[in-house]
Amino acid sequence: MEEMRSDCSSSGVQELHVLAVDDSLVDRKVIERLLKISCCKVTAVESGRRALQYLGLDGERSSVGFDELKVNLIMTDYSMPGMTGYELLKKIKGSSKLREIPVVVMSSENVLARIDRCLEEGAEEFLVKPVKLSDVERLRDFILKGEEKSEREFSHKRKMSDDSCTLTPSSMASSPSSSDSDLPLSPMSIVSDEPRPKRARLLDDN
Amino acid sequence: MEGHQLQHQAACMRKALFDQGYLDDQFLQLEDLEDEANPNFVEEVVKLYYSDSARFIRNIELTLDKNPFDFEKLDDIMHQFKGSSSSIGAKKLKTECTQFQEYCKIGNFEGCMRTFQEVKQEHAVLKKKLESYFQLARQAR
Repeated sequence: MEEMRSDCSSSGVQELHVLAVDDSLVDRKVIERLLKISCCKVTAVESGRRALQYLGLDGERSSVGFDELKVNLIMTDYSMPGMTGYELLKKIKGSSKLREIPVVVMSSENVLARIDRCLEEGAEEFLVKPVKLSDVERLRDFILKGEEKSEREFSHKRKMSDDSCTLTPSSMASSPSSSDSDLPLSPMSIVSDEPRPKRARLLDDN
Repeated sequence: MEGHQLQHQAACMRKALFDQGYLDDQFLQLEDLEDEANPNFVEEVVKLYYSDSARFIRNIELTLDKNPFDFEKLDDIMHQFKGSSSSIGAKKLKTECTQFQEYCKIGNFEGCMRTFQEVKQEHAVLKKKLESYFQLARQAR
């Protein structure tokens, strides 16, 4: 089975950068391996606080250089001491800088109320632990499709927009982006006139 | 040939671990993550698990001794221990952990003490079995 595995560099697949958050050392090791096999770059941290630090949400890291650290997906454990995965999810979705990053919650407990709560708060998916390779591969494909779609729509919009349009990508930059491939996940949300869900919520960066 | 004999022995040992209920599908999932560049991944994870899980056992012991009726704390520590155990595919151990948590839920100290002994024993037994298996599997390669 191992011989069939494709080489990440030759497959032509864009490498996603995933931030994994889990207080369990064993689970971090496993999720790291799952993600590497799925051709993803991984940054694994042990707490919600560390995750926010890494994402530049605690005021310590400036947004310059954020681009190199650009995270395409966050996978977080639900039950963690200190800040739970749910609390981390809320902070991310409550941040104008980070809310476009898809967040997946993982938990060993298959509790419907918990699942609903997370999805309600904007989690992309809820995975029951232990997480499988098939889960990660499915997730990766889903995120890649999203990135591809955004890129296409963004270039399309750029072609269509005229000079009178005040909302241009260059004035928008929430992250200093030098190439199209580094665009945030849904630039559509920046240029679009459509109302976004949960817009009424106060957006803050803490 | 000795090589084949060793391979056969390792395969038998591995099969027994599954047949006797020590390991479940998660162990297979971990095996699938091994390749030529990472041939010992499962053994590494198991080693990490045993060095890391010792503190859970210790903490439960301490809590049973100092705060025996703090069932919430006991349940919390066991929850973390069970999670790690589940991640390496430790089937029987997981069941013992669940038993312990059941006693925590109903606040039964005697039950907790009893099942904790089972947990410790199972934890130790599995360690020996896995160590033997990994050693044999290496020799057989």
